[in-house]
Amino acid sequence: MTQGVEVVGLYVRDQDEALAFYVEKLGFRVHTDVRNGAYRWLTVQHPEQPSFQLGLFTPGPPMLDAATAETLRAAVAKGAMPPLVMVVDDCRAAYERFRASGVEFIQEPVDRYGTVDAGFRDPSGNGWKMIEARRRSN
Amino acid sequence: MSADRTSQDPELLRRLLRAKDRMDAASHEEWPVRRLARVSGVSQAHFARSFKQAFGLPPHRYLLTRRVERAKTLLRETELPVTDIAFQTGWRSLGTFGRTFRDVTGESPGAIRERERAGASDPGRVPHCVLSAAQRPDLTIAVSEKRRQAEGGINGSEETEVP
Repeated sequence: MTQGVEVVGLYVRDQDEALAFYVEKLGFRVHTDVRNGAYRWLTVQHPEQPSFQLGLFTPGPPMLDAATAETLRAAVAKGAMPPLVMVVDDCRAAYERFRASGVEFIQEPVDRYGTVDAGFRDPSGNGWKMIEARRRSN
Repeated sequence: MSADRTSQDPELLRRLLRAKDRMDAASHEEWPVRRLARVSGVSQAHFARSFKQAFGLPPHRYLLTRRVERAKTLLRETELPVTDIAFQTGWRSLGTFGRTFRDVTGESPGAIRERERAGASDPGRVPHCVLSAAQRPDLTIAVSEKRRQAEGGINGSEETEVP
Protein backbone atom coordinates (compact mmCIF):
# COMPACT_ATOMS: atom_id res chain seq x y z
CA MET A 1 0.00 0.00 0.00
CA THR A 2 1.39 3.37 -0.97
CA GLN A 3 -1.70 5.51 -0.47
CA GLY A 4 -4.25 5.64 2.33
CA VAL A 5 -4.89 6.89 5.85
CA GLU A 6 -1.79 6.66 7.98
CA VAL A 7 -2.55 8.54 11.21
CA VAL A 8 -5.79 9.38 12.97
CA GLY A 9 -5.46 11.34 16.18
CA LEU A 10 -7.35 11.16 19.45
CA TYR A 11 -7.41 13.83 22.08
CA VAL A 12 -6.34 12.52 25.47
CA ARG A 13 -6.04 14.29 28.80
CA ASP A 14 -2.53 13.05 29.54
CA GLN A 15 -0.12 11.46 27.07
CA ASP A 16 1.77 9.37 29.63
CA GLU A 17 -1.48 7.97 30.96
CA ALA A 18 -2.77 7.30 27.44
CA LEU A 19 0.48 5.65 26.44
CA ALA A 20 0.34 3.33 29.44
CA PHE A 21 -3.28 2.49 28.66
CA TYR A 22 -2.91 1.76 24.96
CA VAL A 23 0.39 -0.10 25.31
CA GLU A 24 0.14 -1.90 28.63
CA LYS A 25 -3.59 -2.58 28.76
CA LEU A 26 -4.57 -2.91 25.09
CA GLY A 27 -1.31 -4.26 23.72
CA PHE A 28 -0.55 -1.51 21.20
CA ARG A 29 3.06 -0.59 20.35
CA VAL A 30 4.66 2.82 20.32
CA HIS A 31 5.32 3.94 16.77
CA THR A 32 6.63 7.48 17.28
CA ASP A 33 7.28 9.45 20.43
CA VAL A 34 9.02 12.72 19.65
CA ARG A 35 9.15 15.93 21.62
CA ASN A 36 9.69 19.40 20.33
CA GLY A 37 9.75 21.71 23.32
CA ALA A 38 6.44 21.23 25.11
CA TYR A 39 4.91 19.57 22.07
CA ARG A 40 4.89 15.79 21.89
CA TRP A 41 4.01 13.80 18.79
CA LEU A 42 2.96 10.40 20.07
CA THR A 43 1.50 7.61 17.96
CA VAL A 44 0.80 3.98 18.71
CA GLN A 45 -0.03 1.01 16.51
CA HIS A 46 -2.13 -2.06 16.74
CA PRO A 47 0.31 -4.99 16.56
CA GLU A 48 -1.54 -6.48 13.58
CA GLN A 49 -1.95 -3.23 11.67
CA PRO A 50 1.44 -1.82 10.78
CA SER A 51 0.12 0.62 8.17
CA PHE A 52 -2.00 2.60 10.62
CA GLN A 53 -1.08 4.81 13.57
CA LEU A 54 -3.33 6.09 16.30
CA GLY A 55 -2.15 9.50 17.47
CA LEU A 56 -2.50 10.35 21.15
CA PHE A 57 -2.49 14.12 21.40
CA THR A 58 -3.32 16.65 24.07
CA PRO A 59 -5.27 19.71 23.01
CA GLY A 60 -3.20 22.79 23.81
CA PRO A 61 -0.59 25.26 22.69
CA PRO A 62 0.97 25.89 20.26
CA MET A 63 -1.82 24.45 18.08
CA LEU A 64 -4.73 25.70 20.15
CA ASP A 65 -5.49 28.62 22.42
CA ALA A 66 -6.28 27.95 26.06
CA ALA A 67 -10.06 28.36 25.77
CA THR A 68 -10.35 26.03 22.78
CA ALA A 69 -8.16 23.45 24.51
CA GLU A 70 -10.36 23.65 27.59
CA THR A 71 -13.48 23.08 25.50
CA LEU A 72 -11.92 20.03 23.87
CA ARG A 73 -10.74 18.59 27.17
CA ALA A 74 -14.30 18.91 28.46
CA ALA A 75 -15.74 17.27 25.34
CA VAL A 76 -13.38 14.31 25.68
CA ALA A 77 -14.16 13.93 29.39
CA LYS A 78 -17.89 13.98 28.64
CA GLY A 79 -17.49 11.17 26.12
CA ALA A 80 -18.56 13.49 23.32
CA MET A 81 -15.89 12.52 20.81
CA PRO A 82 -16.81 10.25 17.87
CA PRO A 83 -16.97 6.48 18.31
CA LEU A 84 -13.94 4.29 17.78
CA VAL A 85 -14.23 0.69 16.68
CA MET A 86 -11.76 -2.12 17.22
CA VAL A 87 -12.21 -5.47 15.51
CA VAL A 88 -11.23 -8.60 17.41
CA ASP A 89 -11.31 -12.32 16.64
CA ASP A 90 -12.97 -13.24 19.91
CA CYS A 91 -14.84 -10.50 21.74
CA ARG A 92 -15.45 -12.42 24.95
CA ALA A 93 -11.84 -13.50 25.25
CA ALA A 94 -10.62 -9.96 24.60
CA TYR A 95 -13.13 -8.67 27.14
CA GLU A 96 -11.79 -11.01 29.83
CA ARG A 97 -8.20 -10.15 29.00
CA PHE A 98 -8.72 -6.38 28.93
CA ARG A 99 -10.92 -6.35 31.98
CA ALA A 100 -8.34 -8.31 33.95
CA SER A 101 -5.79 -5.66 33.06
CA GLY A 102 -8.06 -2.91 34.37
CA VAL A 103 -9.85 -1.56 31.28
CA GLU A 104 -13.08 0.28 32.16
CA PHE A 105 -15.84 -1.52 30.30
CA ILE A 106 -19.11 0.30 29.75
CA GLN A 107 -20.84 -2.59 28.03
CA GLU A 108 -20.33 -6.29 28.56
CA PRO A 109 -20.19 -8.53 25.48
CA VAL A 110 -23.61 -8.87 23.83
CA ASP A 111 -24.64 -11.15 20.95
CA ARG A 112 -26.13 -9.13 18.13
CA TYR A 113 -26.80 -9.97 14.52
CA GLY A 114 -24.56 -13.00 14.58
CA THR A 115 -21.61 -11.22 16.11
CA VAL A 116 -20.56 -10.07 19.57
CA ASP A 117 -19.76 -6.55 20.70
CA ALA A 118 -18.64 -4.85 23.89
CA GLY A 119 -17.69 -1.30 24.85
CA PHE A 120 -14.99 0.36 26.90
CA ARG A 121 -13.46 3.77 27.50
CA ASP A 122 -9.90 4.94 27.67
CA PRO A 123 -8.92 6.91 30.79
CA SER A 124 -9.65 10.22 29.04
CA GLY A 125 -13.21 9.25 28.14
CA ASN A 126 -12.84 8.18 24.50
CA GLY A 127 -15.35 5.42 23.82
CA TRP A 128 -14.39 2.25 22.03
CA LYS A 129 -16.64 -0.39 20.57
CA MET A 130 -15.05 -3.80 20.35
CA ILE A 131 -16.68 -5.96 17.70
CA GLU A 132 -16.02 -9.55 16.84
CA ALA A 133 -15.20 -10.00 13.18
CA ARG A 134 -17.99 -11.81 11.38
CA ARG A 135 -17.10 -15.32 10.39
CA ARG A 136 -16.39 -15.59 6.69
CA SER A 137 -18.43 -18.76 6.37
CA ASN A 138 -21.82 -17.10 6.83
CA MET B 1 -16.36 35.11 32.63
CA SER B 2 -18.98 34.98 35.40
CA ALA B 3 -18.74 32.31 38.06
CA ASP B 4 -21.67 30.14 36.98
CA ARG B 5 -20.66 30.12 33.34
CA THR B 6 -17.18 28.79 33.95
CA SER B 7 -16.47 25.47 32.33
CA GLN B 8 -16.55 22.33 34.40
CA ASP B 9 -13.42 20.57 35.54
CA PRO B 10 -12.60 17.74 33.09
CA GLU B 11 -11.82 15.43 35.99
CA LEU B 12 -15.34 15.98 37.33
CA LEU B 13 -16.82 15.52 33.86
CA ARG B 14 -15.02 12.21 33.47
CA ARG B 15 -16.56 11.01 36.73
CA LEU B 16 -20.02 12.25 35.70
CA LEU B 17 -19.57 10.33 32.46
CA ARG B 18 -19.03 7.21 34.55
CA ALA B 19 -22.47 7.67 36.11
CA LYS B 20 -23.97 8.18 32.65
CA ASP B 21 -22.23 5.04 31.41
CA ARG B 22 -23.62 3.07 34.34
CA MET B 23 -27.16 4.19 33.48
CA ASP B 24 -26.52 3.21 29.86
CA ALA B 25 -25.37 -0.25 30.89
CA ALA B 26 -28.34 -0.91 33.17
CA SER B 27 -31.14 1.51 32.34
CA HIS B 28 -33.74 -0.94 33.66
CA GLU B 29 -32.35 -0.52 37.17
CA GLU B 30 -33.32 2.21 39.60
CA TRP B 31 -30.89 5.13 39.57
CA PRO B 32 -31.64 7.45 42.44
CA VAL B 33 -29.37 10.48 42.67
CA ARG B 34 -27.76 8.97 45.76
CA ARG B 35 -26.53 5.98 43.75
CA LEU B 36 -25.34 8.09 40.82
CA ALA B 37 -23.57 10.55 43.09
CA ARG B 38 -21.71 7.68 44.67
CA VAL B 39 -20.53 6.45 41.25
CA SER B 40 -19.22 9.93 40.49
CA GLY B 41 -17.80 10.48 43.93
CA VAL B 42 -19.60 13.78 44.56
CA SER B 43 -22.38 14.97 46.87
CA GLN B 44 -25.99 14.46 45.78
CA ALA B 45 -26.70 18.17 45.41
CA HIS B 46 -23.52 18.67 43.43
CA PHE B 47 -24.24 15.66 41.23
CA ALA B 48 -27.71 16.69 40.07
CA ARG B 49 -26.57 20.20 39.23
CA SER B 50 -23.32 19.15 37.57
CA PHE B 51 -24.89 16.37 35.50
CA LYS B 52 -27.44 18.73 34.02
CA GLN B 53 -24.80 21.32 33.27
CA ALA B 54 -22.58 18.70 31.63
CA PHE B 55 -25.12 16.75 29.59
CA GLY B 56 -27.94 19.24 29.12
CA LEU B 57 -30.68 17.33 30.90
CA PRO B 58 -31.28 16.07 34.43
CA PRO B 59 -30.16 12.50 35.19
CA HIS B 60 -33.67 11.07 35.62
CA ARG B 61 -34.70 12.42 32.23
CA TYR B 62 -31.60 11.00 30.63
CA LEU B 63 -32.51 7.63 32.10
CA LEU B 64 -35.97 7.97 30.59
CA THR B 65 -34.53 8.49 27.11
CA ARG B 66 -32.45 5.35 27.51
CA ARG B 67 -35.43 3.30 28.65
CA VAL B 68 -37.56 4.49 25.76
CA GLU B 69 -34.71 3.81 23.35
CA ARG B 70 -34.35 0.29 24.69
CA ALA B 71 -38.09 -0.31 24.61
CA LYS B 72 -38.16 0.79 20.96
CA THR B 73 -35.37 -1.64 20.15
CA LEU B 74 -37.20 -4.50 21.83
CA LEU B 75 -40.46 -3.59 20.09
CA ARG B 76 -38.68 -3.61 16.76
CA GLU B 77 -36.49 -6.64 17.17
CA THR B 78 -38.39 -9.07 19.36
CA GLU B 79 -41.82 -10.64 19.60
CA LEU B 80 -42.04 -9.87 23.33
CA PRO B 81 -45.44 -8.64 24.51
CA VAL B 82 -45.54 -4.94 25.36
CA THR B 83 -46.11 -5.79 29.02
CA ASP B 84 -42.87 -7.76 29.17
CA ILE B 85 -41.00 -4.96 27.44
CA ALA B 86 -42.37 -2.44 29.94
CA PHE B 87 -41.10 -4.41 32.89
CA GLN B 88 -37.81 -5.38 31.24
CA THR B 89 -36.98 -1.76 30.53
CA GLY B 90 -37.56 -0.62 34.09
CA TRP B 91 -41.16 0.55 34.37
CA ARG B 92 -43.22 -0.63 37.27
CA SER B 93 -46.58 -0.42 35.55
CA LEU B 94 -47.79 -0.90 32.02
CA GLY B 95 -49.91 2.25 32.31
CA THR B 96 -46.99 4.48 33.16
CA PHE B 97 -44.91 2.90 30.42
CA GLY B 98 -47.54 3.39 27.73
CA ARG B 99 -48.25 6.95 28.77
CA THR B 100 -44.61 7.99 29.06
CA PHE B 101 -43.74 6.24 25.83
CA ARG B 102 -46.48 8.10 23.98
CA ASP B 103 -45.55 11.40 25.58
CA VAL B 104 -41.93 11.00 24.56
CA THR B 105 -42.26 9.49 21.08
CA GLY B 106 -45.71 10.73 20.09
CA GLU B 107 -46.81 7.18 19.30
CA SER B 108 -48.04 4.18 21.22
CA PRO B 109 -45.70 1.19 21.66
CA GLY B 110 -47.92 -0.90 19.38
CA ALA B 111 -47.97 1.71 16.63
CA ILE B 112 -44.18 2.07 16.72
CA ARG B 113 -43.80 -1.69 16.49
CA GLU B 114 -45.96 -1.87 13.38
CA ARG B 115 -44.40 1.11 11.68
CA GLU B 116 -40.80 0.14 12.35
CA ARG B 117 -41.42 -3.36 11.09
CA ALA B 118 -43.12 -2.14 7.94
CA GLY B 119 -40.17 0.08 7.14
CA ALA B 120 -37.52 -2.22 8.55
CA SER B 121 -34.20 -1.75 6.91
CA ASP B 122 -30.98 -3.67 7.26
CA PRO B 123 -28.76 -1.84 9.74
CA GLY B 124 -25.92 -3.06 7.56
CA ARG B 125 -22.53 -2.04 8.77
CA VAL B 126 -23.42 0.63 11.31
CA PRO B 127 -22.37 -0.58 14.78
CA HIS B 128 -25.51 -1.38 16.72
CA CYS B 129 -24.79 0.88 19.68
CA VAL B 130 -24.24 3.86 17.40
CA LEU B 131 -27.43 3.16 15.50
CA SER B 132 -29.35 2.77 18.71
CA ALA B 133 -28.01 6.01 20.18
CA ALA B 134 -28.88 7.82 16.96
CA GLN B 135 -32.50 6.80 17.44
CA ARG B 136 -32.59 7.90 21.05
CA PRO B 137 -35.42 10.33 21.76
CA ASP B 138 -34.22 13.90 22.06
CA LEU B 139 -35.87 14.85 25.31
CA THR B 140 -34.91 18.48 25.69
CA ILE B 141 -37.96 19.34 27.73
CA ALA B 142 -39.64 17.55 30.62
CA VAL B 143 -42.15 14.87 29.76
CA SER B 144 -44.82 16.78 31.67
CA GLU B 145 -44.09 19.86 29.55
CA LYS B 146 -44.18 17.83 26.36
CA ARG B 147 -47.54 16.45 27.45
CA ARG B 148 -48.86 19.92 28.22
CA GLN B 149 -47.83 21.16 24.80
CA ALA B 150 -49.47 18.20 23.08
CA GLU B 151 -52.66 18.68 25.04
CA GLY B 152 -52.70 22.38 24.29
CA GLY B 153 -52.56 21.49 20.61
CA ILE B 154 -55.13 18.76 20.38
CA ASN B 155 -57.11 19.31 23.55
CA GLY B 156 -56.27 15.77 24.50
CA SER B 157 -58.66 13.42 26.18
CA GLU B 158 -55.93 11.69 28.15
CA GLU B 159 -56.24 11.32 31.84
CA THR B 160 -53.83 13.47 33.75
CA GLU B 161 -51.27 11.77 35.85
CA VAL B 162 -47.85 12.58 37.15
CA PRO B 163 -45.23 10.08 35.96
